[in-house]
Amino acid sequence: MTAMPQQPPARVAPRALIRAIFLKVGVLPFFLAIALVVFSLMSSAFLTMQNMINVGRQSVFLILVSSGQMLVLISGGFDLSVGMVIALTSVVSAITMVAMLPFFPDAVWVAIAIGALAGFAVAAAVGALNGIGVAFFGVSPFIMTLGVASVGGGLALFMTGGVPVSGLPVAFGDTFGFGRLWGVPAPVIVAVVCILAMWVFVARTRAGAEIYAVGGNIKAANLSAINTRAVLMRTYIVCALMAGLTGLLITARVETGDANIGSAMALESIAACVIAGVSLRGGIGRVENVVLGGFFIILMQNGMNLAQISSYMQMVLIGMLLILAVIFDQIRYRMIMGTR
Amino acid sequence: MPDTPLIRTRGLTRDYPGVRALDRVDFDLHAGEVHVLFGENGAGKSTLISMLAGANAPSAGEIAVKGEAVAFASVADAQARGIYTVFQEFSLIPTMTVAQNIFLGREPRIGPLINFREMNRRAAQMLEERGFAIEPTTLVAHLPRAQQQIVEIAKAFYGELSVLILDEPTASLTDREVDHLFDFINRMKAEGLGIIYISHRINEFARIADRVTVLRDGAKIETLDMAEASEARLIELMAGRAIEDVYPDIPHTPGETLLQVEGLHSWGVNGVSFDVRRGEVLGVAGLIGSGKSRMFRAVMGLEPVRAGSVRYRGADITGKPTRAVIAQGVHYLTSDRKSEGLSLSAPATDNLAIDLMMGTCREGALVDHRKVRREIARIFDHVELPERYRARTIAQLSGGNQQKVLFAKSFGHGSELFIFDEPTVGVDMGTRAALYRIIAELAAAGKAVVVISSDLPEVMNLAHRALVVAGGTIAAELTGAQITEAEILRHFFHDTGATV
Repeated sequence: MTAMPQQPPARVAPRALIRAIFLKVGVLPFFLAIALVVFSLMSSAFLTMQNMINVGRQSVFLILVSSGQMLVLISGGFDLSVGMVIALTSVVSAITMVAMLPFFPDAVWVAIAIGALAGFAVAAAVGALNGIGVAFFGVSPFIMTLGVASVGGGLALFMTGGVPVSGLPVAFGDTFGFGRLWGVPAPVIVAVVCILAMWVFVARTRAGAEIYAVGGNIKAANLSAINTRAVLMRTYIVCALMAGLTGLLITARVETGDANIGSAMALESIAACVIAGVSLRGGIGRVENVVLGGFFIILMQNGMNLAQISSYMQMVLIGMLLILAVIFDQIRYRMIMGTR
Repeated sequence: MPDTPLIRTRGLTRDYPGVRALDRVDFDLHAGEVHVLFGENGAGKSTLISMLAGANAPSAGEIAVKGEAVAFASVADAQARGIYTVFQEFSLIPTMTVAQNIFLGREPRIGPLINFREMNRRAAQMLEERGFAIEPTTLVAHLPRAQQQIVEIAKAFYGELSVLILDEPTASLTDREVDHLFDFINRMKAEGLGIIYISHRINEFARIADRVTVLRDGAKIETLDMAEASEARLIELMAGRAIEDVYPDIPHTPGETLLQVEGLHSWGVNGVSFDVRRGEVLGVAGLIGSGKSRMFRAVMGLEPVRAGSVRYRGADITGKPTRAVIAQGVHYLTSDRKSEGLSLSAPATDNLAIDLMMGTCREGALVDHRKVRREIARIFDHVELPERYRARTIAQLSGGNQQKVLFAKSFGHGSELFIFDEPTVGVDMGTRAALYRIIAELAAAGKAVVVISSDLPEVMNLAHRALVVAGGTIAAELTGAQITEAEILRHFFHDTGATV
């Protein structure tokens, strides 16, 4: 149409690009760019190779939990009990390891393995409990996982009396907490393997596609021959197992079983996912973005530490960031669903 | 033109990124007339009314109400000007009563408290004046869809109403309810209201329309007086080509009995027995709420089976979970594509991919994405979904294209028996013809097809055999030449249990 005045293409292109990135990935690239600029200006120590490696290493725990959280979010729910699972796994595996040590004085690794298995079993049980509540009884994920978080958190404190469990096998901490392979810390290796496995699961398997289908429209999934209850069960169990794994890794790192670790994880993992473009309405989300999302949250904390912002103020900012991310998610969802 | 039109648009245009949904449309509506908007899905009808309703702002052009140029900021803004729109998507709150819905946001009050007694009284009076037999204290969720529609329209009669816009109001209504609605529209017309009416059903709107504006590809093709517009002419204008015959000839070669239902009881289904055979289209007619859909939902494991048996190729599938029934080779196409059929936020391709992964492309845990992509292309070609829509989000597709995606999903499981529940609800003529062709091909290929429909011509023209369902029982089974409108209607009210 010649009658229509055309805007100069040089001005249109960047806007279209921003729009395309926003639709595809969400707010994360913009947040990341702003954070990098702001913190670089506030502290010269921020944008250094050493600090970035540091942030990368610190972010593995959150990334692992967030990748599990992402599955639950894609299925249309969310899991507030991940922090509790970390604490409970830590306590249960630590108590079990300490209890098993006298029985296997010459085979420390058997005691460690039994302890780890006990931790995973407890995590799986919590996931199954969440899954049963949501899938079979139709309890809203919010209430179910909130209730379960209280139950499990109470049990963890009850078992330890609030006192951290010490006397763990030294080999456990040395290997999984501080061990290195080819110079790479053990938690990082575990995380990389898990993330790759998670990517294959989500993007390449039928079971992964089923989660998207259930989150997109659970009734339609049912009419596509999907066992929707089994999918929800599986989703909550895998999420809890990822949190359990994180619990074990943190336990190895701090060399104690502690009922107080992981308390901020539920909020932070949901924030990492939402910032990374996982929709709270289900059906939308990608592993590779969530990895970046987890990295971003830790980067924020690191930057704020370097800028000497108090930890109380940090809580305020992280909470506001989450809300802001949800607002952008809302806008993005509307754009994805069409402008009508 | 005798007087100032109630609504007049000049050069009305709406652009979406990459698409011009409406292209310089001139349209007008006078007091006391019914002006029909007619066109295929995607022709721009919905875009036009969304701007008249205030839901959307034009990119260019102007709207004048009673000669005065306006720019609506919101739907409420348009309503304040006397323009009320009943959209296809219901805006009722199901957990509130009829009266609460009608008075939402303008409840009669005593001081700060809502005066429920007064509200119910006024609602009852208004419903009665308009000739609607609905109890104002009923919860909307408990009403059949047709009556919910009536409540939706009743909400319009508030304040100064001068223009009523109805978007496919008969999509979910039975013939009797349509008669009722048309009586009502004629009365409103006589009172001097202007009515914009969107519909695909020429036979229907021919009874009430004064003028018809045909839209195609976002542009106005022509505005005709209904008196001089023939059906053939309208279809030609709409499609840009003559549609010789919407309904195909379907060869009747009944073979093996696939589905055998004996004495089935479920909610609203009181003992039905029938069978479905290969190479045959079984039509199922009945009023809304007659149980015609429910009996098949019970077969699919979507409703509980209280008694009776369902056999598929001899195997007992009574009360089996839906996925087991699908695995046996039965596919059910839902009548409610939005709430039960499609994932609205996902692209068309993903909606089909999941069925292929669960069905014909199911092998091992890993997905063979190349094979899935190949199958997606083949099936979408088959259902004639244009390539440019395949990567789009379902929510961005027109109703007709959404329905094509829903049909495509039927082909993901290698099924032998296809149960189509209201297969063409809210779908334009062009799409209808395409979907009927698919149904004909299935039957010709020796599959068994069930068409459950509230659209009588559909049942009459497609079915080799037809069940008429009333009050949860099969009132009649008709074959071949027996399947006539008169014969079907005669059995609609067979059972006194059938309520509307």
